[in-house]
Amino acid sequence: MAPILALENISKRFGAVVVADGIDLSLNEGEALGIIGPNGAGKTTLFGIATGTVTPDAGRVLFDGKDITRLAPEGRCRLGLARSFQIPQPFSGMTVFENVVVAAAFGNNEREAAVYDRCADLLERCALAAKANKRAGGLTLLDRKRLELARALATKPRVLLLDEVAGGLTEHECATLIALIKDVRAEGVTIVWIEHVVHALLATVDRLAVLHGGKFIASGDPHKVIRSAEVAEIYMGIDADA
Amino acid sequence: MSEQVRYRVEHATRSSRIGVGLIAIVLMVLALAPFWGDRQMLRLLAELLTFVALASLWNLLAGYAGLVSVGQQAFVGLGGYLLFAMVILAGVHPIAAIFIAGPIAAAVSIPVAALTFRLRGAYFAIGTWVVAEVFRLLASQVSVLGGGSGVSLPAAAVIAMAPTRQAREFEIYWLALALTVLVLAAIVTLLRSRHGLALTAIRDNEVAAQSNGIDVTRVKLIVYVLTAFGTAMIGALIFLMKLRISPDTAFSVNDWTAFVIFITVIGGIGRIEGPIIGTIIFFFMRQTLSDLGSLYLLIMGAVAIVVMLWAPKGLWGLIAERYGWQALPLQRHLVFDDTAPRSRDKRA
Repeated sequence: MAPILALENISKRFGAVVVADGIDLSLNEGEALGIIGPNGAGKTTLFGIATGTVTPDAGRVLFDGKDITRLAPEGRCRLGLARSFQIPQPFSGMTVFENVVVAAAFGNNEREAAVYDRCADLLERCALAAKANKRAGGLTLLDRKRLELARALATKPRVLLLDEVAGGLTEHECATLIALIKDVRAEGVTIVWIEHVVHALLATVDRLAVLHGGKFIASGDPHKVIRSAEVAEIYMGIDADA
Repeated sequence: MSEQVRYRVEHATRSSRIGVGLIAIVLMVLALAPFWGDRQMLRLLAELLTFVALASLWNLLAGYAGLVSVGQQAFVGLGGYLLFAMVILAGVHPIAAIFIAGPIAAAVSIPVAALTFRLRGAYFAIGTWVVAEVFRLLASQVSVLGGGSGVSLPAAAVIAMAPTRQAREFEIYWLALALTVLVLAAIVTLLRSRHGLALTAIRDNEVAAQSNGIDVTRVKLIVYVLTAFGTAMIGALIFLMKLRISPDTAFSVNDWTAFVIFITVIGGIGRIEGPIIGTIIFFFMRQTLSDLGSLYLLIMGAVAIVVMLWAPKGLWGLIAERYGWQALPLQRHLVFDDTAPRSRDKRA
């Protein structure tokens, strides 16, 4: 079976800074991969390359065996590749409900009225129902992150790329998000999750990869990877016992 | 999935119901203007209406689609020249010519877009201006339409519209009202549609819109072509009212773009109500201050600066954000029906 998402020999540099140096990555359907790495390691750029907002200098991106390297972001979204942004990117002048309707209607090429059901359900599921008619621009950080997730889910993704959804949240807020992500995973959605809050990752993913200087320097069982000496040395910010 | 809930989706809010009621009353009063206003009043109102239409179209283009064009005078002038060409060279009825000018301008806008869409941001703005200047120079080369000094509409064609001067003035006024209402209704219909949803998302966040499956370039192109369509029709009407056209008046960046941007920015860019409020303010200032000569332009500039600093989203933007008002029912509201048991799989 072809991997659901594969990056082949991806390279990207911004001026003198190498953010991707021949990266290979392959994900099977239903898998959950966590990615850690210091700031500037190229994690978010990798998501940009996968979703089409960043063009790689070299290499190929494959989705379900199909070469999508030249496909525009909206096309990749419709194939089932969804992404949440590190800094939430709501449609701030629209209501929370409308935000989700946009993603549901355009992410699957459906009529607007046909997605209302699904959107109402999703808002309940992401604990946003009470704020459905609020302007998205006025939401708290937690609710913005929930909305980011709700919008990604509304596109009916096969692969979900999460960029630091837990950052900046309290322990309790974080727990509710982890529960939701586990739920999504249980439905068979493949997940790639970039996160600095390592315990959130360890609780969810079945593979952990470490990105440093545009390369994966370690990959495998999450608990083993996090304890390896090399990782501890490079990735000083992490408390290995967390 | 999870249990179904009873809910319904509504567009109207209390403010929009009041807004629609007020708009209906204003339209009624405007439709009856020939019976309560004098000739000067009718001319002023017709001009005001054309500016509401022009500013609403520019708002759709810049405020929603993010295409900040300073070259919309290209399509105002094109519409005007098309009308004069059709009337003078082919003997077309002036009113029919207005409606033919729209689709022709829309067709012309496609190659223009192919050229200017390669440019981004400020470069796009300058590019559109350059296109308008090219149009102006081309118009001055057409000697049958008066070349650089312009041409008047033949008296025969004017008289053919209506026998008396008064009937003609009524006709032109109602035409201006009808066209403006048509343009606004088209914009409202567009914004309430699925395309409108995409357009509003693009207004708020292009990157997010793209990653939620919206083909941003395609939506922008559609808006650009539709805007050219409407702008040219209004341009044709404006020069039918003036009865005379020349390259400098037809392709004036000052009249058809600078004032239009002023109107949209002070009224509230990216909101359908903004250009209407802005036009009223603009005409109020013009009528009360124009005796001051160039000082009037300085005051206008100062007002624009103050509004941009104090209320960057314009006057309507300030009101709408504070009170959540919308004068037209554009937003979708999800209303959970809490009176019904939540487990029931039935929807209102």
